[in-house]
Amino acid sequence: MIDILYFAWVRERIGLPKERVETSAATVAELVEELKAREDRYAAAFADLSALRVAVDQELADFDAPLAGVREIAFFPPMTGG
Amino acid sequence: MDIRVQSARFDFGAEAGTFAAGHTDAGAVVTFTGIVRRDGGLARMEIEHYPGMTERALEKIAAEAMARFALADCMIVHRHGPMEPGEMIMMVATAARHRADAFAAAEFLMDYLKSRAPFWKKEYDADGAAWVAARDEDEQALGRWSGG
Repeated sequence: MIDILYFAWVRERIGLPKERVETSAATVAELVEELKAREDRYAAAFADLSALRVAVDQELADFDAPLAGVREIAFFPPMTGG
Repeated sequence: MDIRVQSARFDFGAEAGTFAAGHTDAGAVVTFTGIVRRDGGLARMEIEHYPGMTERALEKIAAEAMARFALADCMIVHRHGPMEPGEMIMMVATAARHRADAFAAAEFLMDYLKSRAPFWKKEYDADGAAWVAARDEDEQALGRWSGG
């Protein structure tokens, strides 16, 4: 089981801040494909990966990052702090 | 290193004063504070963040500043939640023996805070709400610190 968190417009588009999923995906990119296949709202949120960032266990990562041993994945738009 | 992520307002003058007074070994203290601008009829702003990762990211950015510049100390306060125009969003302070390191470290902290700390701003005006888009300039600003 893996926790998936969504922030900002990704959260709004998918309609929930967090969910726990069972996945056999080996990488973040494979997990994204599984999610996109679920429902239109996921396909819409993940339509353009260049507009998204991902964190793996609270560290910024790439979409090809492996999921083995990972507990938490977060998807969000580019950050606008400061 | 003092890192705080909070929804409450902070007293910029008091924070800066306490920080400066606590570093008698440092000859230079630089502070920066970001304020909600009232442009384009902005009514309020809301900042979302990623609890847990936010603190980790800020600690990492501050530790990098400490390693890269000759700093005695640094601090970051960053708010989340609803804010009105004129309210302070965040502040950084750096203390160093000489001003060059204090100024450079403050710029470094700000450049990294803008695009590497998990905060997202949403602006509300009379027409509705919109997420603030990241600016290419902010991403490019990080380039000047690489390879150093």
